[in-house]
Amino acid sequence: MPVTLQCPGYPEDTLRTLAEKLPCRETQVTSLLSLMGQPDHYSYPSVFIYGHRATGKSHVVLTIMKDLELPHASVDCVECVSAGLLFYQVLSALFGPDSAALLPRCPSLSDFVRLYKQMSSNTPATQTRYIVLDRAERIRDMDFSLLPALLRLQELVNDNVTIILLSEIVWEKFRPNTGCFEPLLFHFPDYSKVELVQILSKDHHPSYTPELYASYINILLGVFFSVCRDLRELRHLAMLNFSKFCEPLEKGEAKESDIHKLWKNIEPHLHRAMQTVYLREVSSVQWEQQQMDEKEATALRGLSAHAHIELPYYSKFLLIAAYLASFNPARTDRRFFLKSHGKIKKTNFLKKHEKTSNHLLGPKPFPLDRLLAIFYSVVDSRVAPTASIFSQISSLVTLQLLSQVGHDDQLDSPKYKCAVSLDFILAISRTVSFDVVKYLYDFL
Amino acid sequence: MNETLTTSSVSKGCFVFKSASKKRKRHVGLDEYLVEADDDSGRDRFRICQKLWETVQTSTEEIQNQLNKKVLDSLVEFIKKHELGSSSDVWRQRTSEIPTAALMLGVNVPDHAMTFRSLCNLLQDSVTPFVVSVHAKECAAVKHLIQKVLEQLMGKAVSVDEEQEEDAALPQKAQCTISALCQWYKTATKKCSQKKNDNGLRQSLPVVVIFKDFEAFNSQVLQDFIHICSRYIQELPFIFVFGIATSPSAIQHRLPHSVSSLLCIEVFQSVSCTQHLASVFDKLILNAHFPFKLSSRVIQVLVGIFLYHDFSVQNFVKGLQFSMLEHFNSQPLSVLCCRKREALLCAKTLSQQNVERIRHLPSFMRYVETQEPEEQVKLLTSDQHVKEVCQTLLKSLHKYHKNYFPILQCLHSLTSSLPKFPLGKHIRELHVSCNEKNLWETEEYDSAMQLLRILAKNELVAALQGCSDILQSASTKRMQTVFQQVEDFINRLETLESVSSEDSSVNGAISGKIDYQRKTDLFQLQKTLLEKESRRTKKMSPFEVLRSQVIEFIDSLVREYLTPAHLQPLSEVCYFSSSGILRQRLNVTPRTSIQAALSHPYYYLQNESLKTNAGTISSAAPDLCIVYKLHLECGRLINLYDWLEAFVTVLSAAEDQDADSGDHGQLDSLKHARFIQAVSEMEFLGFVKSTKQKTDHVARLTWGGC
Repeated sequence: MPVTLQCPGYPEDTLRTLAEKLPCRETQVTSLLSLMGQPDHYSYPSVFIYGHRATGKSHVVLTIMKDLELPHASVDCVECVSAGLLFYQVLSALFGPDSAALLPRCPSLSDFVRLYKQMSSNTPATQTRYIVLDRAERIRDMDFSLLPALLRLQELVNDNVTIILLSEIVWEKFRPNTGCFEPLLFHFPDYSKVELVQILSKDHHPSYTPELYASYINILLGVFFSVCRDLRELRHLAMLNFSKFCEPLEKGEAKESDIHKLWKNIEPHLHRAMQTVYLREVSSVQWEQQQMDEKEATALRGLSAHAHIELPYYSKFLLIAAYLASFNPARTDRRFFLKSHGKIKKTNFLKKHEKTSNHLLGPKPFPLDRLLAIFYSVVDSRVAPTASIFSQISSLVTLQLLSQVGHDDQLDSPKYKCAVSLDFILAISRTVSFDVVKYLYDFL
Repeated sequence: MNETLTTSSVSKGCFVFKSASKKRKRHVGLDEYLVEADDDSGRDRFRICQKLWETVQTSTEEIQNQLNKKVLDSLVEFIKKHELGSSSDVWRQRTSEIPTAALMLGVNVPDHAMTFRSLCNLLQDSVTPFVVSVHAKECAAVKHLIQKVLEQLMGKAVSVDEEQEEDAALPQKAQCTISALCQWYKTATKKCSQKKNDNGLRQSLPVVVIFKDFEAFNSQVLQDFIHICSRYIQELPFIFVFGIATSPSAIQHRLPHSVSSLLCIEVFQSVSCTQHLASVFDKLILNAHFPFKLSSRVIQVLVGIFLYHDFSVQNFVKGLQFSMLEHFNSQPLSVLCCRKREALLCAKTLSQQNVERIRHLPSFMRYVETQEPEEQVKLLTSDQHVKEVCQTLLKSLHKYHKNYFPILQCLHSLTSSLPKFPLGKHIRELHVSCNEKNLWETEEYDSAMQLLRILAKNELVAALQGCSDILQSASTKRMQTVFQQVEDFINRLETLESVSSEDSSVNGAISGKIDYQRKTDLFQLQKTLLEKESRRTKKMSPFEVLRSQVIEFIDSLVREYLTPAHLQPLSEVCYFSSSGILRQRLNVTPRTSIQAALSHPYYYLQNESLKTNAGTISSAAPDLCIVYKLHLECGRLINLYDWLEAFVTVLSAAEDQDADSGDHGQLDSLKHARFIQAVSEMEFLGFVKSTKQKTDHVARLTWGGC
């Protein structure tokens, strides 16, 4: 049974509907409410709420704000590409757009505080004002003084205002090294399996009984709970696959009580969903269409199935050369690319740290000269160092097959890294009939 | 063209996006360009060239539109579907997925612009006025991206209805947010729905955002933008189009699951660039009606650039344009390179100079040698006679082309299904080898004929059927008779039904039985196989007889019509053959040119005093060259003082010869200044840079540098 929320100063029935709207978050809601106190009381200056994705942070806070009709400004910090936008949104939400229009062109923090003071003296707070900042980790990227200032905004503007920061990251990652006012920390734990069932069962289909839907959710969680606890994703998947679950019922092949039969029908389907639609290999619309015309049963080609890339001939060799340069130690180039390299055995030749596979360590940066040297020895014909060879290198960089190390504008001796996988390079070298494995130090 | 052109591009390059509207400007007074002092045909040549280039442009655009039609149509279909369906799909709204089309375009980035242009036009015409296309280089941060989107959407709407310019003006940069866009969108759609009340169904016009080069976008920018848009998806029906050059898995590489779960991605594959090239080739080069022709070498250069370097059809067409300009510029007789009627008219009114030029054409000289002595004399003396002969030769050249291409296509359709493609997979390869030398003398041709000789009946009939389809559309009389002959062969092959086939099958079965009863010995097997072979040649079935007749017929056609073009008299008029120039111009080597300029200044400056023996440093050379040559002798780090000493020594070597002055080899401030200037020029060219490892040293950056 839902806990009856108690908080003086707010109407009883609103609290009751609030409790219904926020299932499985009773403890958090109660402590938040008690922290907020009565509407006209001064509240704690800043609260920091953290927890994983889809644990109901913003949902809880915003529902409380809306249902209790508290004066609040809610801002998603992703949108605020500058601090000015943040100020603008806060002011216009709390005092109306006219006040926000008073902000100068590039408002500073002090502009904001000045305007806020001016506005709040015109309309003194009868209730605590709340500023909810979603994805608060973005504030760290703005002006370094912004976060400490926001945390003690109550002192700065001398008004009954509380900042609520929402983030997926813990507070330790926020704390500026100059120190600041410590906000009250609040953790929203992940939903447990039981709680997930309880929440997901809420949006059952009107034409079926809630029990059936609950058992469907149970089956779904049985498959997906091990890989995904994101409520939003699970809800999405539940929506997508419910029609398939009901198919035997529609056709009259099974009754609602026949859970085992329904389970047998849906289980392989859900496993397929886990490999395709959950990973967004197949879009949800395509998935639905596939369900509609089940007869075809042709597996949809996912995104990663189209891995093949057609490249110009020399680009292929440039990529191969880049791969070799990235994964071979530079000292071994003599052995691979010189005709009379002598016999160098791998064992005498190794330094200690080179004994670990280079493929485990990842690609290493190499200079342009080395890339070209390897390219010329790898490619089977004489190639003039034309402008288009060089432009191919830059276009490989824009295609993200190579990545440039260091600054983009570095003109003298730029360094690159190869950003493709072994499988990819094997496929490429097969098309030009080049045995790349023979040249790789790791496979010697 | 002067040689210095090649030095104008320096060091590392990147794809060049040429502006499309260059051609307009050229009209102004440029017909003077090809006119030489004593030549009156320059203007005509320019006119012909312009006309041809226009046909090239229109036909390439046509081809592109045709090829892209399918994928663009399906894209529009996709967008329309989401536009209508968005209101009914309640659940998708709740998870706020943004419909996204991943448009696979291939790595030929220069060609994409045209596709996007036609996509934009198509969408604006048929779906929604709200189309935005963004380029990665304009969007270094989210705010720039949002600003670009807003600018394009709102700016465009302003230009559509002029009367309300004031209130719809761009908001301040501070308010450049999607929520501002949301407000604007609401008013804009209200206006739209008021305007067209008749179709009230379409309430939500989607906002299409096209990311032209998805890979080049900063992934953080994209992620943020998608996050922001997904917050507004209920009010603003966004649809994204990602232009992807590599593969769809790039999306997964760039975007984490939390972001890609906000998208509903569907993949659209556009035509591959090789297919595109093939159709351009068919239309422009393997076409008798296009008078300008490329020699086999030139084709190889152009196709080589395409296959080895960029995969760009645009650049191929540019190469074609360049060869046209070069041809009409350098070959005065190209005035005859136009349609048959005009060419004949032109031939009648050839100037005396041009007649003389014709006499000097190698192909014409060859033609003269084959004539009777009297005729030879006539050709060499009478201008009028040359003009007449020239007309007949032009006629036969046109006829040659008209017969050549159908037969080429036939041969290609016959051989393209053979295993291992002895004559090449693509018709362009066949065309090149036909043009290079007599095809029937090559080994590849022999092996292809061998393979044709063992075709089964149904295969042969199918192949001939393909030929007859090609020939049917051919225009000349000669081709019509060939078509009749092919049809005749097909009929005979088909009527040759029952008797013969039974015969051969029985024979085969018996001999097969005998074979398998014996024990298999390698020598024996070889012997029996040889025997069988000889037996077969002795006794041929009617089908085999007919088949060899068909093959001989094909062979005769090849020998008659697929002769190399350069053997045709007057072929130089139409054929552009200077592949060397083309390679030099299109496939530039900036490093080599800089090196050549610095180490052999005579090559570009053409000043006699600069001619030197290899290995010596002339003091007459520009300072930069001297400094460059001296620096080649140094290692990774160059001591500036030593360098200066060497430089002064070289300079004073010349003074020594002039006069034995006292200040020999001494450092004066003028030389010092010249040295410093030369070194800073070297630094500017990227050969050296200052280093912190040692004071008064500079580091070499090329060959043996760090």
